Amino acid sequence: MSHLAVQKTYKLYIGGAFPRSESGYTTEVLSASGTFLANAAKASRKDARDAVVAARSAVSKWSGATAYNRGQVLYRIAEVLEGRRAQFVAEIVASENVSAAAAGTQVDEAIDRWVWYAGWCDKYTQVSGNANPVAGPYFNISVPEPTGVVAVVAPQDSSLLGFVSALAPALVSGNTVVILASERFPLSAISFAEVLATSDVPGGVVNILTGSARDVAPWLASHADVNALDLVGANALDWISLEIAAADTLKRVLPPESGSDAAAPALARIQAFTETKTVWHTKSLI
Amino acid sequence: MTIDTLTAGALARNLVGGDVTDANLRRYLEGIPGIDAVGLEQRAASLGTRSIKTTSKAWALDRIIQLIDLTTLEGADTPGKVRSLVAKAMVPDASDPTTPRVAAVCVYGDMVGDAVTALGASHGDPDHGGISVAAVATAFPSGRASLAVKLADTADAVSAGADEIDMVIDRGAFLSGRYGLVYDQIVAVKEACRRADGSFAHLKVILETGELNTYDNVRRASWLSILAGGDFIKTSTGKVAPAATLPVTLSMLEVVRDWHRLTGQKIGVKPAGGIRSSKDAIKYLVTVAETVGEEWLTPHLFRFGASSLLNDVLLQRQKLTTGHYSGADYVTID
Amino acid sequence: MTFLEYAPAPESTGLLNLKDSYGLFIDGEFVEARGESFATISPATEKTIALISTASDEDVDAAVAAARRAYDSTWSRLSGRDRGKYLFRIARLVQERARELAVAESLDNGKPIKESRDFDIPTVAAWFFYYAGWADKLDHAGLGANPSSLGVAAQVIPWNFPLMMLAWKVAPALAAGNTVVLKPAETTSLTALLFAEILQQADLPAGVVNIVTGAGATGRTLVNHPDVNKVAFTGSTAVGREIARSLAGTSKKITLELGGKAANIVFDDAPIDQAIEGIVNGIFFNQGQVCCAGSRLLVQENIHDEVVARLKERLSTLRVGDPLDKNTDVGAINSAAQLARVTELTAAGEAEGAVRWSPSCDLPSEGFWFAPTIFTNVQASHRIARDEIFGPVLSVLSFRTPAEAIAKANNTPYGLSAGIWSDKGSRVLAVADKLRAGVVWANTFNKFDPASPFGGYKESGYGREGGRPGLAAYLKPAPLGSSAAAPATPAAPATPAVTAPRSTSARKKAAK
Repeated sequence: MSHLAVQKTYKLYIGGAFPRSESGYTTEVLSASGTFLANAAKASRKDARDAVVAARSAVSKWSGATAYNRGQVLYRIAEVLEGRRAQFVAEIVASENVSAAAAGTQVDEAIDRWVWYAGWCDKYTQVSGNANPVAGPYFNISVPEPTGVVAVVAPQDSSLLGFVSALAPALVSGNTVVILASERFPLSAISFAEVLATSDVPGGVVNILTGSARDVAPWLASHADVNALDLVGANALDWISLEIAAADTLKRVLPPESGSDAAAPALARIQAFTETKTVWHTKSLI
Repeated sequence: MTIDTLTAGALARNLVGGDVTDANLRRYLEGIPGIDAVGLEQRAASLGTRSIKTTSKAWALDRIIQLIDLTTLEGADTPGKVRSLVAKAMVPDASDPTTPRVAAVCVYGDMVGDAVTALGASHGDPDHGGISVAAVATAFPSGRASLAVKLADTADAVSAGADEIDMVIDRGAFLSGRYGLVYDQIVAVKEACRRADGSFAHLKVILETGELNTYDNVRRASWLSILAGGDFIKTSTGKVAPAATLPVTLSMLEVVRDWHRLTGQKIGVKPAGGIRSSKDAIKYLVTVAETVGEEWLTPHLFRFGASSLLNDVLLQRQKLTTGHYSGADYVTID
Repeated sequence: MTFLEYAPAPESTGLLNLKDSYGLFIDGEFVEARGESFATISPATEKTIALISTASDEDVDAAVAAARRAYDSTWSRLSGRDRGKYLFRIARLVQERARELAVAESLDNGKPIKESRDFDIPTVAAWFFYYAGWADKLDHAGLGANPSSLGVAAQVIPWNFPLMMLAWKVAPALAAGNTVVLKPAETTSLTALLFAEILQQADLPAGVVNIVTGAGATGRTLVNHPDVNKVAFTGSTAVGREIARSLAGTSKKITLELGGKAANIVFDDAPIDQAIEGIVNGIFFNQGQVCCAGSRLLVQENIHDEVVARLKERLSTLRVGDPLDKNTDVGAINSAAQLARVTELTAAGEAEGAVRWSPSCDLPSEGFWFAPTIFTNVQASHRIARDEIFGPVLSVLSFRTPAEAIAKANNTPYGLSAGIWSDKGSRVLAVADKLRAGVVWANTFNKFDPASPFGGYKESGYGREGGRPGLAAYLKPAPLGSSAAAPATPAAPATPAVTAPRSTSARKKAAK
């Protein structure tokens, strides 16, 4: 007896919930051969605004969690992703028109990146921070802290791996993220939201928008409550204008990268969204 | 001028909120804001960088002399040594009759009579041109004797003509938290300072800050001594290192300032031990002037406990007068 | 005369040997500029000290070209050890000429001689000593082995700590192997030009450091010059924003140290006398013309009145006047323009209902002066609680709980520095954690050290100066493919790239 497939509605992921775009707009997601795969929500500037609000409200809890705890939460993402491997492989095959093996490699790599970054949570501080031998009776230490809310334009030519590669490092230190998924391959991103929702990531820590990066990115770049802007996937956009907009509030900006190595795993990607805080305290026996 | 025991007791009970017990004193003293040593020392160092020149320097040098308790506290002290000290106190620089006199001579209790005799008509209140006799008492410098012995030591010195008593607090009791005991002893010594006519010898309370070790302790001991009726708080016996330091003195001056703000009473401060150069002494004058105000720079509110300081000041004074540097052979050893 | 009116104790200017006019320092020589000259004046007297040149666009071109030549032909080829030795030489020369530099700084800037003598110039020497030692240890800068320098660094510095800001910029740049074109602030070029003489005495190769003087236009030309690889700027957030905009899309690496509106938080268990000193130091150090000045005093409400009373008493002992008098605590405001800004903002404070107080002090009739000022009854919405005044003006606000203190402290687009005063260690550490500021001073304020990174969050800029991060700001990882290259380096941040064991690039490398 055949089973008629129950198709998924691909919505946005904001504040731990799955809303439709407030605009009511959707865009058709097509396979490489042009067949209809799904309707994805077309995020509006107001969705971006809501996502930033959600991200901001999640900063305190996520950055305030212990590094050990954040590491476990990120590792949990890898666990849940592994459990849904088949779903992601199928979506990537459908979207990118690649072999199941290639799609499988992409999913495996994405899983491994979560594992790799999870391990950094309680180490990057030690590697980036310093005890400073100042010439005086002071305890003096420099530690990296999360920048706050990071807006990300995910790599556009990858369904899952690019998305994960851009997202994971920003989360390590305790930032919260608003990420614009690949416009052409958004399905994995929304399925990934389901992974997040069923792992232990607090609502609002990751907010995923689909639709037109060209329409939405300027609102994020100019948003005064966004602290950093990762333009890794913004090659095709007018990214210089985005950088100029970001300069209004002196956001930290990472420029676009191209090629399959875009957002390759690196400690530098974690550090890019941190601020070094130096604390002095007087020191005396008497 | 001297703070009488009844007023002091009432004020203390009022401030600590009840009887002056260990518990009440601890609650009161430990409620006083702490001291950050690094900040205190930096403030003292910064006051020490004041550059005192020309007319200010001339004024400062004369005032330092007027604030000196010229001291000899040796086991080898003799009546002859004390006479020599007194002679120096009266005429610090025979080559310059404009040189002011010191405030007091400071000796052991058994030498008080010799000092009084040697001073003769010059014996009197330094605020009125006289020279006082200060005696260390209360089993100086350790203070390790029974209260009865300490009181007898004090009474002896007073009856021999001492105008000022430099007592030591029981540091052991203080460090072990027996604030009430320290308080009671100061009160009792104060009472022993009472003369037959009902007046009091001035009481300087030596904290021996080198043994109290921390600035927080110095601050608490300062408050405790003032609560108990001390007229002066004094840093050190001179027998324990470190003796007076600028930061310690600054912290005591801050207590005196706060006490004045609280009660209107003016308490004196005496750094003693280790102040040997005019340059250092001027730093103390600056610290007094900028912390409690320059009205404190009078003999009944500020003293230097010193011996070799006087001659360095005289050398500096000669330099200002003559325009050239002087030498050790041009000032007298006492 | 009372004792407290200390007799004048002026520092001698006898050891200053200034020229009447100064050219630009390009390619190791003083050269004439193409632009107009202007007078640099003493802000304490408004008297002209010397004539300073304006570098035209062509002059900036020449300076950048000299720096490029020196980079290509000399400096980038020199061993780290020898670069370090030059920096050590410079440090020593600064120490040897310390008093002269201090006098020049106080004369030109208006700051008290005790600050230029005891803080600015010693810090300059310390900065060169610290980075001198880094020059041959770049492998440990945190970017992996064999990091490379960036090239030509354009550096634009402010007028509040003229020579110290130069040292903060030049020392790490040279240690890392870059060459420099530096533009001092228009009103305070003097010590940078004396520093050029020191470079000649140190026999630093020509073109490694070039100094172009002039106003904002010169700085704009410099940072936008196409042959510049690194831009470091300290100054206002407005100009920093303009620089960030104009460099968007370029590959120039940027360090920006911008404005601040630091909260200085005093809890009721603070060591009160030291807190008072810290408040005074926090806002009246260098006449408050400090980007990290503790300009917003947040006092726990139960000790508010006592703190204000003690503060007023303490302020009455501040000595305002001749910057060259050794007893001066508060000197002159740097320029007429700055004085106008301070005056305007304080007028706004009064208009908004804050209560203004200053101790009585006689200000000189010539020059630019502003009495130390405290505003009480300040509300968070007042301009004097939000705008950077950059002058000797303190705004006092109150709070009731630690959470409220943190919220108020962080409620600003700036994030450069903050102070905490409390005897309770656990609270100090927790509050320090939650303050969004790049430097947090606990039970102290306005402390600086070459080993200690300094820089801001949010609109106070990005990048750090001092310490290892200050060095890394002038380096990039070894290029991909070079034998010592760290694998898989993302494009932007010059921070160490460490590759995931199972990443594709790691596999590729392993397969080589």
